[in-house]
Amino acid sequence: MKFSTLLRHLREGSLSVVRNGWMSFASISSIAISLFILGVFLLLTLNVNNLTKQIENQVQIRVFLSLDISREKIEAIGRSIGALPEVSRIRFVSKAEGLEILRRNLGEDGQGILDEYDDTNNPLPDSYTVEVVDPERIAEVAAKIRAIGDADPDRPIRSVRYGQGTVEMLFRVTNAVRNVGLVIVLGLAFTATLLISNTIRITIFARRREIGIMKLVGATNSFIRWPFFVEGALLGFIGSAVTTAVLLAAYNWLVQSLQLEFGLMMIRLVTVRESGLLVAGVLIGIGTLIGIWGSAISVRKYLKV
Amino acid sequence: MRDVWKIYPDGSQALRGVSVLIERNEFVYIVGPSGAGKSTFMKLIYREEVPTRGEISVNGFNIGKLKPRKIPYIRRNIGVVFQDFRLLPKLTVYENVAFAMEVIEAPRRLIRKRVMEVLELVGLKSKANSLPAQLSGGEQQRVAIARAIVNNPAVIVADEPTGNLDPETSWGIMNLLEEIHFRGATIVMATHNKEIVNTLRKRVIAIENGVIVRDEPKGEYGYEI
Repeated sequence: MKFSTLLRHLREGSLSVVRNGWMSFASISSIAISLFILGVFLLLTLNVNNLTKQIENQVQIRVFLSLDISREKIEAIGRSIGALPEVSRIRFVSKAEGLEILRRNLGEDGQGILDEYDDTNNPLPDSYTVEVVDPERIAEVAAKIRAIGDADPDRPIRSVRYGQGTVEMLFRVTNAVRNVGLVIVLGLAFTATLLISNTIRITIFARRREIGIMKLVGATNSFIRWPFFVEGALLGFIGSAVTTAVLLAAYNWLVQSLQLEFGLMMIRLVTVRESGLLVAGVLIGIGTLIGIWGSAISVRKYLKV
Repeated sequence: MRDVWKIYPDGSQALRGVSVLIERNEFVYIVGPSGAGKSTFMKLIYREEVPTRGEISVNGFNIGKLKPRKIPYIRRNIGVVFQDFRLLPKLTVYENVAFAMEVIEAPRRLIRKRVMEVLELVGLKSKANSLPAQLSGGEQQRVAIARAIVNNPAVIVADEPTGNLDPETSWGIMNLLEEIHFRGATIVMATHNKEIVNTLRKRVIAIENGVIVRDEPKGEYGYEI
């Protein structure tokens, strides 16, 4: 193909969008709407994923120390735990602090229970709160910390807790939520694909006579096909670009106006800055590719003249 | 064309052993009742249909055996004109004619020059930017003829080019075809127009029931309408 012919195809394809005004408008709208639904679910899934990750990251290991060990020993233990590559953060919680936290967690109703305890007779041990790099491997890390304690003849670590059982259950739930989200998004992407290629097929069906005439004049199949590819790609691109712009603008507004409410519930929404590129890439990519694909299969059908 | 048979999938025998030789730069009328096989005869020439049996050569190519990939290239050497014009409705007159040249990847400047030349020949230079729907039937047929001749094909196949036109307009089209013939093209024209055949005397091939029943130089239409 000559370069000038390629230019001609690009020009013809774009002109075709204009010439078939209403048909183009109909396809662009249908592409925009089906991708909009996909986009909404994509953002929803991203947020659910983000939320489950936040929950997962709140999982911690609590290392309770023996009551009768020296300050140096406490610090040494802290250092060895902190040196584990799987540990992302370690914080010392003194017995006084522990009592305070316990009081707070029990709330107003339970406060009476702890009334008789103060600094002099605090029954709680000193402890470390450990956060891990990969929450899913928390059991492994807990075992390693326990091993550190066991290696020392003084048995400085009394117990290691991370909510055994509960944590495993939490991960099962979050993984299930993520998988369901993924299935919904994939299903919608598939539906959008069918819808878009069908719309484009209709616009081309309306022009099957034109294809027949082109063939009679001696146009090769690829000569006829190319402008349709360009047209399909353009329809897909315009439709998905419109959707992306509207969707991200609306979402940005939503995030900003709901930030405070969700913030109070300790939920952080995914911002447009974080998700915009992914959403735009997925929507515009699907839109454009399906545009080309849709026109490719439908033109092929009418080329057999 | 040698011993050509065409049997459609539904079993109807459109052509039954037709042999004919049309020389370079001849002007031939194909006449006969409706459904006698005229259209099939024409379609075989520009390879819209393939013969069931027999051999067809156009410009020295055996087009019955042509690979589908090659078809566009032989069509570029055959200009086709139809009763229903078959113009691209969304393109202007200029673009319709230019399309036939874009197909052969001609340079744009040459296209511009040649298209205007041809439009001048058919007398439609002033309507270059009109859409087909804005033209009369006669004018649309002129555009179709302009498109058919723009690449200087050796053969023009015209299937009832005057079928949808009033007598006066028809004569305009005939003058145009004569002019093109005069410039060296072979013209094969299927027609029902008795007046034209009997006035503008040319070779006449009559087809009935799928066989050639008459083939005479300077013949007459020979049917009563």
